[in-house]
Amino acid sequence: MKSVEEIKAAIETAVPGAAVTVIPNPAPNAQHSLLIGAQHGVAVAEFLRDNEELALDYLSNVTGVDYLDKEIPEKVKVTRQVSKTVDGVEQTVDEMVEETRKRVEPGYLEAVYHLFSVAKKHGPVIIRMRTANRTDQVELPSLTPVWRGAEFQEREIFDLFGIVFTGHPDLRRILMWDEFKDHPMRRDYVEPDDFEYEPTAHDEVLKRAQEHKAKVAAGEAVQ
Amino acid sequence: MSSFGIKNEKLAGWNRPPVFESDGEGELLEVAMGPHHPSTHGVFRMDVVLDGERVIKLKPVFGYLHRNHEQLGQTQSYLANMPYTDRLDYFCSLTNNWAYALAVEKLVGQEVPERAEYLRVILAELTRVQNHASTIGFLLQEMGASGTPLMYAFREREKILDLFESLTGSRMMCNYMRFGGCRVDASPAWIEATRKVVAGLPAFVDEFERFLMTNEILMARCQGIGVLRPDLAVNSGISGPMLRASGVNYDIRKVDHYGIYDRFKFRVPLGDHGDIYDRYMVRMLEMRESISILNQALKDLPAGPVMDPKAKIRNFRPKAGESYGRIEAPKGELGFYLISDGSPNPYRYRVRPPSFINLTVLEDMCLGSNVADVVLIFGSVDIVLGEVDR
Repeated sequence: MKSVEEIKAAIETAVPGAAVTVIPNPAPNAQHSLLIGAQHGVAVAEFLRDNEELALDYLSNVTGVDYLDKEIPEKVKVTRQVSKTVDGVEQTVDEMVEETRKRVEPGYLEAVYHLFSVAKKHGPVIIRMRTANRTDQVELPSLTPVWRGAEFQEREIFDLFGIVFTGHPDLRRILMWDEFKDHPMRRDYVEPDDFEYEPTAHDEVLKRAQEHKAKVAAGEAVQ
Repeated sequence: MSSFGIKNEKLAGWNRPPVFESDGEGELLEVAMGPHHPSTHGVFRMDVVLDGERVIKLKPVFGYLHRNHEQLGQTQSYLANMPYTDRLDYFCSLTNNWAYALAVEKLVGQEVPERAEYLRVILAELTRVQNHASTIGFLLQEMGASGTPLMYAFREREKILDLFESLTGSRMMCNYMRFGGCRVDASPAWIEATRKVVAGLPAFVDEFERFLMTNEILMARCQGIGVLRPDLAVNSGISGPMLRASGVNYDIRKVDHYGIYDRFKFRVPLGDHGDIYDRYMVRMLEMRESISILNQALKDLPAGPVMDPKAKIRNFRPKAGESYGRIEAPKGELGFYLISDGSPNPYRYRVRPPSFINLTVLEDMCLGSNVADVVLIFGSVDIVLGEVDR
């Protein structure tokens, strides 16, 4: 089978304008993956399936991964006006100060596809697509028209992670019920306050009971 | 047969279920089959639209048993998650253990001693035999052969579960495999008992086959019903006996050679028509191949440790990275996808459940057939709700 670099080159010649990056995997199995720009997702997928040498006709596993916003501390040199006493006279002087600032790198949601070839019996080729952020730009192109195997799994990602797959023929919640609001597999998911009265609350239940009572007192929850 | 999924690519929507319309006579009937229908193998619902007896729409509804298994897996350490994998497909806990252990071993580059590999193969093939036997039993139960074939299958299954119990301490929730081997060694008495059970299995399969293979009712109800095309099967990610019944030669034991499967001689049974009968027949033949693997493995079983002495058990923290490990579980391709960020818990823990994905084409297989056949088609997929809903 071709290496990821060769596959990257093949994609770039076949689908002009497609952004492909190799994401290295430091684990001993060295299953490197390819990050595909979401704009050309379907075209790249069709190429991978229909290319005679690759023939990745079997989509095995589709999954979502959630990456939170990252705060990266950075040392920045800033000029600042500082009041100083020079020769007994108070003056404002420009001075270079080193400061640590926190730069926020926006988080993203990622869809990971594991592809195999039944015809050629090789694989896996792993492709990933990332959303722009975790809040309002969570669309990714659906690969269900290319591989039907993604149908339920993309629905599951939509349900549990909240990635909206455009072009999916039947995008509904699959494991949670339709009225459910949140996405339980996100890393910042907070369980709903579904505390039920218990006569002898203890340990964790007691903690939840107290939290619930505080919420009721603040008017955030119903008794 | 080499260009699966490619030959129809220009026809948009070729891999979607066809649209059936009412014949215009009478009213359509919407039926919710399940979640407590006796043939749904648990809590599972099919919303069926019927035109008389004919199914013209079918939507599976999941989630009654959903417990967010993946989130649970991410909140505890790698090893603590091993017993939870038993609860996915509770018929085949040992293959679940193996798939998870394989994924973690790939993540850290862990070696497995020879004897442990043999024990894994023996246990996995025993699991396959008892799973296929009970699946066939359930299929006949749903056909109206109330009880008897299922009891024949369960008699054999009980013998195998007794072996599991004496080795692992539990009949179904085995929690036996570890990263780098197996938890305890098998005693010579256990090996002897296993030899005895395996020696009795061919007679059971013969008997089962004699009763069922040319049974008129079974043939009439199964042949030509619930047909799945090979190109659609591959495109839909179908795996296991269901894929091979459609004539696609894809067995992960042969493709990946995980563990030590390259050392055994066995054949991959394939179907011709992709109907219920072929799925039943493929399982029957796979039992025979499993018995052949069992005999080979029991013959060559070496002595030695069952656990790599260098394997880390306490304070197990894989370096950052990811891995996807998959095995040929009795129901299909069972995969585990792990992302590690260097902490004791997996950053992402994902199960690729075969029975969940095999249900993708349930609608395609059922459309146009009678409502009584839906029960059989569903039974021939072979699902366990613990794995479908996770």
